[in-house]
Amino acid sequence: MSDQPSAGTTARPADAALSSGVGRVLLLVYGVFALSASARALVQISTHFSEAPLAYLLSALAGLVYIAATVGLARGGPRGRMLALISCTIELVGVLVIGTLSIIDTGDFPDATVWSNFGSGYGYVPLVLPFVGLWWIYRHRPTP
Amino acid sequence: MNGALSTATIVAALALAVWYLLRTALDRAPGRIDLIAVVVLGALVAVLVLVAVVGLLDGSRPADTGTFAGYLVTTIGLAPTALILARMEPTRWGNLILGIACLVLPVLVLRLQQIASVTGV
Repeated sequence: MSDQPSAGTTARPADAALSSGVGRVLLLVYGVFALSASARALVQISTHFSEAPLAYLLSALAGLVYIAATVGLARGGPRGRMLALISCTIELVGVLVIGTLSIIDTGDFPDATVWSNFGSGYGYVPLVLPFVGLWWIYRHRPTP
Repeated sequence: MNGALSTATIVAALALAVWYLLRTALDRAPGRIDLIAVVVLGALVAVLVLVAVVGLLDGSRPADTGTFAGYLVTTIGLAPTALILARMEPTRWGNLILGIACLVLPVLVLRLQQIASVTGV
């Protein structure tokens, strides 16, 4: 058996890269979502914005949040970590609020965003992702 | 979209996904064979995308050509991106990166088929 690569990571040094290990997996997933959410928003806004302005603006917001999270994770360091922390928090609030609203009041959300129905259109990954992201950022907090 | 080629890509990606997730579970870093496998999958995807692009040039375009082109770019870029990230990550998580890419690929190919099929009538 190979040795456990995660064995020595319980006390990570303050400058250990946020983007290594699980962070690099998150980088790929956040990158895919940054791309798909913002591309979706771009298509929605450029072709039929007037149909559901609120939903499409939220789509664009979701895209920006995923981009910010990806950049934060990739950059690392105190500022990258802060950026990732803020965007993952917005993402968590976003998916919970939009998910709930889209179920209660379909009138305001005639067309889907990434976060509609808690991200059911994306295999509920948008619901799980912020928890994993926040867990990783928390686990990676600098040791005093 | 070529039916047989798409199906082959989806099946190959899913089979590789199982392999990579197994390797992750066994705590193995990506080895030569793992990396070569994703290169081969990437080549298969490149052929698929090429066929789709030739189809676009032929004339019968999907109603949503912009979205279709966006998906084509994402599809062809995914395997190389995963390969680069996996090479930077010589731990079990490198294999998880490859596994996730292999799970995303079938979704992209299915979406391409959906967009292409709305068109044609």
